[in-house]
Parts: sequence; structure tokens; C-alpha cells
Amino acid sequence: MKLTGAEILCESLTRLGVRHIFGYPGGAILPVYDALGKSKLHHILVRHEQGATHMADGYARASGGVGVAMATSGPGATNMVTGIATAMLDSSPVVCITGQVSSKLLGSDAFQEIDITGITMPITKHNVVVSRAEDIARTVREAFVIANSGRPGPVLVDITKDAQQASCDFNWEASAPKLPPKRKRINYEPADFERAVELLNNAKRPLILAGHGIMVSGAMRVFDQFVHAGNLPVAMTLLGIGCFPASDPLNLGMMGMHGEAWVNHAIQEADLLIAVGMRFDDRVTGDLRTYAKEARKIHIEIDRSEINKNVKVDAALVGDAREVLEQLLPRLEHRERGDWLGHIRELKGDSAVKDIQGLPDNGHLYAAHVINDLWKETRGEAIVVTDVGQHQMWEAQYYHHNQPRTLVTSGGLGTMGFALPAAIGAKFAKPESDVWVVVGDGGFQMTMCELATIVQEKIKITIAIINNGFLGMVRQWQEFFYDKRYVATPLVAPDFAALANAFGIRGERITSRADVTPTIRSARESAESVLIDFRVEQEDSVYPMVPAGGALHEMIRRPDSPLVETATEP
Amino acid sequence: MQTLVAYVENKPGVLNRVASLARRLAINIDSLTVGPTENEEIARMTIVAHTDEKGAHRLEASLEKLVDVLLAENISERSLLERDLALIKVSADQQSRPHLMELIKVFRARVIDVAPESLILEVSGTVDKIDGLLEVLRPFGVLEMARTGRIAMTRGSDLLRPPGASSNGAEAEPAVKAS
Repeated sequence: MKLTGAEILCESLTRLGVRHIFGYPGGAILPVYDALGKSKLHHILVRHEQGATHMADGYARASGGVGVAMATSGPGATNMVTGIATAMLDSSPVVCITGQVSSKLLGSDAFQEIDITGITMPITKHNVVVSRAEDIARTVREAFVIANSGRPGPVLVDITKDAQQASCDFNWEASAPKLPPKRKRINYEPADFERAVELLNNAKRPLILAGHGIMVSGAMRVFDQFVHAGNLPVAMTLLGIGCFPASDPLNLGMMGMHGEAWVNHAIQEADLLIAVGMRFDDRVTGDLRTYAKEARKIHIEIDRSEINKNVKVDAALVGDAREVLEQLLPRLEHRERGDWLGHIRELKGDSAVKDIQGLPDNGHLYAAHVINDLWKETRGEAIVVTDVGQHQMWEAQYYHHNQPRTLVTSGGLGTMGFALPAAIGAKFAKPESDVWVVVGDGGFQMTMCELATIVQEKIKITIAIINNGFLGMVRQWQEFFYDKRYVATPLVAPDFAALANAFGIRGERITSRADVTPTIRSARESAESVLIDFRVEQEDSVYPMVPAGGALHEMIRRPDSPLVETATEP
Repeated sequence: MQTLVAYVENKPGVLNRVASLARRLAINIDSLTVGPTENEEIARMTIVAHTDEKGAHRLEASLEKLVDVLLAENISERSLLERDLALIKVSADQQSRPHLMELIKVFRARVIDVAPESLILEVSGTVDKIDGLLEVLRPFGVLEMARTGRIAMTRGSDLLRPPGASSNGAEAEPAVKAS
């Protein structure tokens, strides 16, 4: 059967199980768009190619499958760069397909020609130029395998226009992936494993550091068994949130720069850290010289290059988190740990983080109120997609996720503008889910053009803008470290509710706490998308805070407030 | 200084990926040689890098994450042979030529081109040996030099074979420890 390269691409994507493609057309990708029109693939027209990559990323994170983004050559491809880097830093399986000028023109500075594989080399797991129709099927199949195996990541496939237009025989069986043979590595010697078992069973003050890798490897069930078998308390990384229920008494909450104070203290006092699918990022460790000095460390991690990168460990178990935990589980012995768990409870009693939840309504609306009420009203079951900054940290602190893949956020790269497009992707992955965007007034203005995509696709997403009139996190740093010189952080914004109306979306503006829950409820009941502009306290800060490069146990705490009351559970 | 050997796919862009990775890790490459192996689809690299053992581990582990890299191994601590090859064009007139020939004999270099005012020498060996020869040639006037950079191989039964290759028709190569 003879097909054009463009038809082969569409057929291959269909056979790989793709249903949605987020993209934007242009000259060098037009043959593919022509073929797309004849296929069963659903193309979502974005408003900017950065949005396409974030949507594919959000799709991947919410579903666990591969997200696909598409763009033309030149500026279409370069606009994808931020989204690709975001997916790279958070190990998200995204396949980007870009058009390229015809192979005869390569290197001639033709109209809209750019070396996108050169540009994206350090921010993709792999990338490749395809200049023959015969190579398209195999290359795309390989891209999917690479993107979603081992430690996942983005793959870019750049297809020249002549390869899209040329015809050749299409044979699916003959185009099976042919990846270079890799050397088999034994994950660890029996001695490493035995050392890990011994450390686990002899620890007096153990603590698990749970990361994104647990979700990626689908280890949630065995992780739960492991935690309870060993009676081991768990601290979460930002991207680990959801891999273990927040409602479990052994889940202490988030660690790191804006982690719970008791979690950071517990890390500093532990005698054993069991790191699972996490990479000791600087936002998690603070100053490495003072990090967890008391603790021996076990590192369970699929990426060998992460071992001993930031923190020297005593036992490295390189491998898939699920497989390693399954091997460890039968050897793990139960311990009561009354003293250690009791001590952590005492530390927790000293928390200021939770206190803001109980602030009475004194006329000021706090972001924490909004997040807390959203959590209660959605019973913790929504997919929440956050941007980057203060609201992101408040969400991580006050929205308690019990299910994996219900928090979608840009961790490693910290990409402002991520939330709205990523939420669109998440909605396509989980159409039955209640999808919420929690975003600041700064980040929202970076990609708000995608409101039009929501309207064009007729999807239901609810957008909560945590609007404090500042680039809040930067303002907070200026308050703490630059003597309150607020340079370039006060932010003028449009009337977001009116803006939403202009796009054909219902808009609300909320200024008092009494209106928060009713508005959330009514937005949830609406069949269409709603945008809610929450006007919150302008100069509130995220506490606790470990200053960048500071010791993990030396946190800036919320100044004592006379208004503190006990937090209420829903 | 750390020495790594890598087997890579013999195709365009792979050298760029390897070099780009070292750049990203802020590791300075002292020399990098690449050449074909007995299998034309696979090339072998010897990378000598200005870094410590920890840096070499990161480079090795990160190299193996590249799709086109089949194997990367830090062999710095192993028993190995290293060789560098140099072509050196040195000034040589009637008067200095006999002295030069003496030195050439001592260093086991070869004269591969003779011109009225110069000679081209070929010398191979360890880096120290070539540096030593260079030192004594300098007073005569070194006009031009080209060096290959180091290639390295582990001694004896310590085989470093690309995955999938049989070791002399014997059993498949053993898997190695990950960390």
C-alpha cells in the first residue's frame, strides 16, 4: 500500500493509540495537516506553540501516556522550546513533531528554516531529523518508546516537507523500532541490597522521601504496602504529591524550601532517609553541607546519573521503583517506632503553616482560604493544575491530594504560563474529571490566549486566579532579601472577569471569604468553563521558607499572629 | 584526568551530542578521539576529561542515557594502555640533522618526510614520551605539529566490547554493575 509520508505519520500515530494532537499549522507542516483532516485524530488548535507543548505535557502527566504536540518549522518550532524544557526537567513523556523545510534546502537559511534539533539537543531525551518518507513510521515508533521508557522525557521528530510529500510503501510490521542495542546493566550487587535491608531494619528514625518516580513506575500500591509494612513516615516532593494519600497518617506532607516545618526538621533528625524516585534537588535539600547529617541514605532511582550527584548515599538501588520495592518488601520488618512517630507529632504541633487556614474572616481574603475552601468543596478529588509561584506552594500545602496524577505542576523548570494550557491537556486526558487551574495573575497573563482554545474546543475547565497584584514570589524575595524594594513586581492586570466574558467565558470576581465557597460550588455546577478572579491579600508570603542555599532546619516562619485558630477538617 | 571509552552509533550528529553533554556538565575535554570499529555501524571513542572520579561517573552515566551511545565506561582505575600519535615538522639544516637523527633514534620516532630545510617525524607512545620528544626538539625549531589525542585499551582479558558483539565467538559479554 503506497501512502505519502504525511499519511504514514497520521496512520502511525493512530496505531500508537494517539487520539489528540495539540498543534498549530504552517507552511512546512501543511502536508501533515492535510492528512490529519482525513484521519480520525482530533487536532486541538492552540493559540501559541508553547501552549501546544504544555498541553501535551499536561495530557501526559494526567494520563501516564504520551502527549503529542505539533508545529511548523522555524518560529513554530522555537516557540515549543520552553514547553519541551519543562517536560525534560519533570521527566514527562511528550513527542513533538515539527515540520522542516525540504531536505534540498537544509542549511540554506530558507524561509522559516531553523536547526531545531540543534536547539533542542540539551532539552530533549532524544531528537531526530527525518528526510525520507520510508523512515517516518519507524522513527515515530521509536520516539514513543524512548519518550515513555526508563526515565521518561520529551522527544522531537523533525520531518522535512519533501519526506511528508513523498510516497512509499507502508508496512507497519517492517517498521518496528530498531533502537541501538544497549549494554545490560545489573541494577545492583546483592551486597548493596543486603546493606539496604540492614539499614532499613536497624533504623531508629527512618523517613521516606517520596518522589515523582513512584508515579512514573506505577509503584503506588507496593509503595503503600512498603510504608505500612515498615511503619515508615513519608515526606513528599512537590512532584511526588498524590503518589501516597495525603489522608494517610504516615504522610507528613511536603518537604523542602516551602515544605512543612515538621517535615524539614524530621529530615534533619532522621537516622535513615529512603529516597524513592526523587533526585535531591536543591529546592528540597537546601544547603548540602548541613543536609541530613544524622542520616544514612538509601537511593532507589532509575537514572544512574542521579546517584551521588547531589547527596552521597550509602546504598544505591538503581532500577524501576516498583521492581525494587517489590524486592525489598518481603525483607522489611515491622517496627513500632513509638518514640520517633511521637516526636514527629510533637514537631507538627509547632507548625505555623497550617495556622493560616484557621484565620477568621477579618475582611481580608487569603490565598490559603481559597485553596482550603476549594479542597473542601471538591472533596480533594479534582485535578488541580498549578502555575509557578506563591499560589503553587499554597496549593501544595493546603490542597490535600489522595490520588496520583491529580496535581499537575511545573517543578524542575518552574515555568510560568504552564497552568492554563497544561490544564487543557489534562482535560482531554481525563474528560470526566473536574479540572481546576490555580494560577497567579502574572503567570496567567503569559498564556491567557489559550482561553480561546477552551472556547473553540467547548471544554469545561474552571480557572481560579489567585490575584494579588504582584509577581508574588519575587515580591516575597524582595521583602525578605532586598529590603522591600519592589522593583518590577507590582503588576497591572486587566479585569479578568471582563476578559473572560470577551472570550465567551463566564467571569466572577471574589473579594470576601463568604463568597468563596458558593462561587466554587456554582462554578462546579456550571456545564461551561468559568473563570474566578480571587482578589487576595496583596503582601502575604509563603511560610515556612528556607532561604535559597540555607540549612533546611533554619526556616523563616510566619510571624506570630493573634488570629490563629485551629484548622478545620472538611 | 579521567579516561573513558564509549561505543556509539556511527552516524551524523553523535559526536555533537557527546561533546554537548560534556559542555552541559561543565567538563573540559582534554582529548577526544573517534574512529570506526570492526563493525562499521559502531564507532569507538576515547575521551580524556579534566574532571575527578565523581565527574567521570556523571559523564559516564549521562553518556549512556544518550540513545546513540551503546556503552560508556570510565577505565581510569583499570590496568590500561594509552597511546598518542604525533606528526612533528621540525627545522633541520645540514648542521643540525645528525643531532636530530640521534634523538629520533632514542625516542624511536620515524622520519616520514625529508625536505631541504625540514623533516617530518612520526612518533607514537604515551603522552609523556611525546611531550619528552617535543621538549628536546624545541631548540631545533618545531614548525608544525599534529597530535591524535589518546586512544586507550584495557589490558589482557579485561574486554570492552560493544553490546551484541560476541567476544571471540565465546559467551555473550557479562552484564556490569550499575552504580
